[in-house]
Amino acid sequence: MRDYIYNFWQGLFTILIGMKVTFKHLFVPAVTIQYPSVKPQLPERERNRLYVNMDDCIGCDQCARACPVNCIEIETVKSIPGEDLGTTSNGKKKALWVTTFNIDFAKCCYCQLCVFPCPTECIYMTDVYEFSEFKRESLVYDFVTILPEEREQKKKNFEEMQAKKEAEKAAAAKKAAEEKAAAQANKPAEPKPDNKEENKQ
Amino acid sequence: MMYDWLYNLTGSDILAMFIVSLLPLFVFILPFALLAVLAERKVSAHMQDRLGPMRVGYHGILQTVADIIKLLQKEDLVPHATDKTLFNFAPLLVFMGSYAAFAAIPFSGFFIGSKIDLGIIFIVGITGLVVAGILMAGWASNNKYSLLGAMRSAAQIISYEIPTLLIILTVIMLTGTLSLYDLSELQTAYFWNWLILGGPAVGLQKILLIPLMIMGCLIIYTSTLAEVNRTPFDIPEAESELVSGYHTEYSGMKFAMFFLAEYANMFAVSAIVAIIFFGGYQSPFGYLGNTLGWTWLVPIEQFFWFTAKGLFFVFVQMWLRWTLPRFRVDQLMAFCWKYLIPFSFVILLLVGLITLI
Repeated sequence: MRDYIYNFWQGLFTILIGMKVTFKHLFVPAVTIQYPSVKPQLPERERNRLYVNMDDCIGCDQCARACPVNCIEIETVKSIPGEDLGTTSNGKKKALWVTTFNIDFAKCCYCQLCVFPCPTECIYMTDVYEFSEFKRESLVYDFVTILPEEREQKKKNFEEMQAKKEAEKAAAAKKAAEEKAAAQANKPAEPKPDNKEENKQ
Repeated sequence: MMYDWLYNLTGSDILAMFIVSLLPLFVFILPFALLAVLAERKVSAHMQDRLGPMRVGYHGILQTVADIIKLLQKEDLVPHATDKTLFNFAPLLVFMGSYAAFAAIPFSGFFIGSKIDLGIIFIVGITGLVVAGILMAGWASNNKYSLLGAMRSAAQIISYEIPTLLIILTVIMLTGTLSLYDLSELQTAYFWNWLILGGPAVGLQKILLIPLMIMGCLIIYTSTLAEVNRTPFDIPEAESELVSGYHTEYSGMKFAMFFLAEYANMFAVSAIVAIIFFGGYQSPFGYLGNTLGWTWLVPIEQFFWFTAKGLFFVFVQMWLRWTLPRFRVDQLMAFCWKYLIPFSFVILLLVGLITLI
């Protein structure tokens, strides 16, 4: 009987204690952040979407090689001698046209490994994390600043230069061969030093 | 009285009756349900340190309006294997049961739907329709969860009717009236005339009655809370066990009917507790209207006090909901049969002895 009364009293009393707790919480400020209108404070070293500052990029390909999931695709073209590509912010002279710089954020694992090798610190994490898309292809970001026609132009320029060089080289080689042949014709009786070495062995 | 006033105004008894019978629904239950659903969400949110609905209107005040519009637009789904007639009729019956209770509830001295002498017994009897409706809904749904929920609900409501009725019997014994209007008029003037503080009795009788009445009030509040299936007693619609109990298969407006009935019921039982123990529509400190000589102000004040008391008890129901976890079925039955019923019998006996003094 004592237990019975005690149980009843205990039940009633603990309910009142519980009600006191909940009533206090009625006036505790809410911890809710009204997300789209109020953004939460991000941690200091948060890792979000990458950004590439193409003014500083020298096309060294180190970020692409550091990437564990191969989401960075870089193609470069050498500049032709007359062109001035400018310098990066830390004074390095640019020598390559970057014709492709794609980062596929569908593949990116936000590990930040590409950020550290960059010699000019041009690839870094931003605070943008809302970039969902309806198509997976839309997540491939192209960071190259020059126009597609310009890219083609640069490639063509380089190829032309290359072809010119090749032609010059070929011409030079031909000339050299001709000179050599002429020289050989002049001194046919000269003994060859190579033969001696072969004989020794 | 409202009916006489409207009869004089319109000159047609049918029209007057029609208006009087529809008035609680449109003036009271629908706005109350809108407000209570929002209040429930806000109270629960703030008790859990959240904010609750915030988007629709200032701090989400139009959220329930938007919800109602959504529910109105929804397709009226009737599952294939249900008993169509019962399935469609059940929400109406549940709502009828809880709405009919408002007929005998005195909102103020001026406005009672029907001033019948058997008010309290009428309310207890007519809310029995709710059990029938819930069982009907559970059975017609042809769903095991619905049926389980409905069975639990029936068992629970019938069990908890006993302590409710015993306490009501105690009050009837003490006051000698079954009419809610008379019961409210009895507790007039100041708050020490409320039955929770012994009623209009004086001397030793009053002092002896106070602890018993407080106990009785707690018991009737608990058991009526169980009758409306709210949280510590919400095993009929226990989300984690039974999906959502007897209204699992309902959607759109039919679901809204159950919802409306639940909130109407919440207010009805709060009103009963307020009428029986807290003076009903009576003001705790006398009326401003009487002091100033404006007699037309008194019913408005009475309406205000009645709603304030009712809403307070509705708030306590919400408060309890976010304080207490759900009972197990065996605990539920044990609580009713081993604690509430013996205690209410003791109160009945003791009050009976005290009235002999």
